Amino acid sequence: MSVLAIISTKNGAATKAGLEAASYASAWARSTGDEAVAIIAGPLSNLDALGATGVGRVLHYAEEVTDSGQWAKLATAATEFVGSNAVVASHDPFGRAVAPRVAVRLEAGLVAGVTELPKNGAVRKNVFSGKAMADVEVSTEKSVYTITPNAFGISSDGEGASTESFSAELGAAKEVIQGFEAASADGQVPLPEADLVVSAGRGLKGPENWGIVEDLAQSLGATTACSRPVSDIGWRPHHEHVGQTGITIRPNLYIAAGISGAIQHLAGVNQSKVIVVINTDPEAPFFKAADYGIVGDAFEVLPKLTAAIKALNS
Amino acid sequence: MKLLVCISQAPDTTSRIAFTNGNTEFDSSGVQYIVNPYDEWYALVRAIELKEKHGGTVTTLTVGEAGCDPVIRKALAIGADDAIRVDVKPTDAMQVARLIADQARSGGYDIILCGKETIDHNGAVVPAMVAEMLDCGFVSNATHLDVAGSQATLKREAAGGEEVVGIECPFVLSAAKGMAEQRIPNMRGIMSARTKPLAVESAESTSATAISQFTLPPEKGACKMVDADRPEELIRLLREEAKAI
Repeated sequence: MSVLAIISTKNGAATKAGLEAASYASAWARSTGDEAVAIIAGPLSNLDALGATGVGRVLHYAEEVTDSGQWAKLATAATEFVGSNAVVASHDPFGRAVAPRVAVRLEAGLVAGVTELPKNGAVRKNVFSGKAMADVEVSTEKSVYTITPNAFGISSDGEGASTESFSAELGAAKEVIQGFEAASADGQVPLPEADLVVSAGRGLKGPENWGIVEDLAQSLGATTACSRPVSDIGWRPHHEHVGQTGITIRPNLYIAAGISGAIQHLAGVNQSKVIVVINTDPEAPFFKAADYGIVGDAFEVLPKLTAAIKALNS
Repeated sequence: MKLLVCISQAPDTTSRIAFTNGNTEFDSSGVQYIVNPYDEWYALVRAIELKEKHGGTVTTLTVGEAGCDPVIRKALAIGADDAIRVDVKPTDAMQVARLIADQARSGGYDIILCGKETIDHNGAVVPAMVAEMLDCGFVSNATHLDVAGSQATLKREAAGGEEVVGIECPFVLSAAKGMAEQRIPNMRGIMSARTKPLAVESAESTSATAISQFTLPPEKGACKMVDADRPEELIRLLREEAKAI
């Protein structure tokens, strides 16, 4: 039984979340002595990274596909073509739109947001916003999984894949992309995919003070984020809000300055591997969820951290 | 315009997370249930705004047992016109999507609005399943929605920004931050919610997945404090001990 990975692209290359899904499919297929196959669509400039994940075959559909219903038809046809019983996609907006449709078409059980390879017939995922894990068993013959971003690394020891053209009848598109509005923070890794995040809250006292946050983020190559009050009062754009009602992140490192750590904020960041909290209040609840803490004024500490990193880099 | 908003109940964010029955079921004793925030703040409120602007009706649909009725009344208090509850215990995304699609099919709705995910199981896959079952378009993580006649324009979260998407009604969306602002129900809304229609439907259902066990994450160790005057020590720890940079 081969494992099929559905891969999204950006600018002619597989996305980071797509490469993670391919790596997951490869590792799983290898553990059962089977082959991983990737399905990808649109003009491609670079397939090396995809081959390096360990997938053995790449099915390539020539035209770009942006409609989730068309993508589901393509992925379903690919699943039937390779005779696969397991389908893997990223748990990002792309995967959340396409994978459920594939599950419906295949009459397959779906486990969303998995974080580990299947073990003893069950697969693990996070529930309750990271406050617990659940092991889920699928009772249908076919199964579909979406992989939590930043939970599963990207493999690079694959031997390269053979690429073959693939075509299917996709019908008409219903969702028409009319434009793209870039977020103001140009060049940053999008928050859901970011490995490093520097975040700040009301402790910064005003939007004019964000320079010290951006400087630290820039020195680290990190993405900037903020707490809910800060986005609600308009100091920072909505797309930077991490927390229960904003974006959930899972970086290697989350640095929070001037954020007290309300439970709603923690729900969006508690899956970060390492949390650093900087706050003037030693009683701030965020310290209980942190790995490292500095009791101090963000206005003094952040520039010192930036200087220390710059000294290290030079 | 006929609008359907899918409403789920979820444990309040501050709830203690614990499990019973050999760690196979969520321990709901003492847990306060709320309307799932993405369903309420973003999907429901935007539907009510569209009704206020264009006319029409807002119906809520919930898959759940009688214990869900208080959160359904809350949605009616915020401004929905009527509610449907499918009297089945939700156990699986495919099961819930099937029950929603069966109800939606006969309702002739122009737009089906869902929150982007529930805060208990964090699946985020029911909306696209419903779209596939109804053979209609879908916009995930929508942050903006405008409607003119049968044509809608949305924005959705995409890598590095937002995509503008055009789509014909009927369609399904999942709503994210930006779509609308939270509304607090007023006294008149709360009073009128008591008498708004809440239809209870029974249905057969099967699940494609089952949870074999819940586990709590390991306790976080104590926070290691670093002197504010020695930030280079923090950088050293992050590099050498945590290997995070």
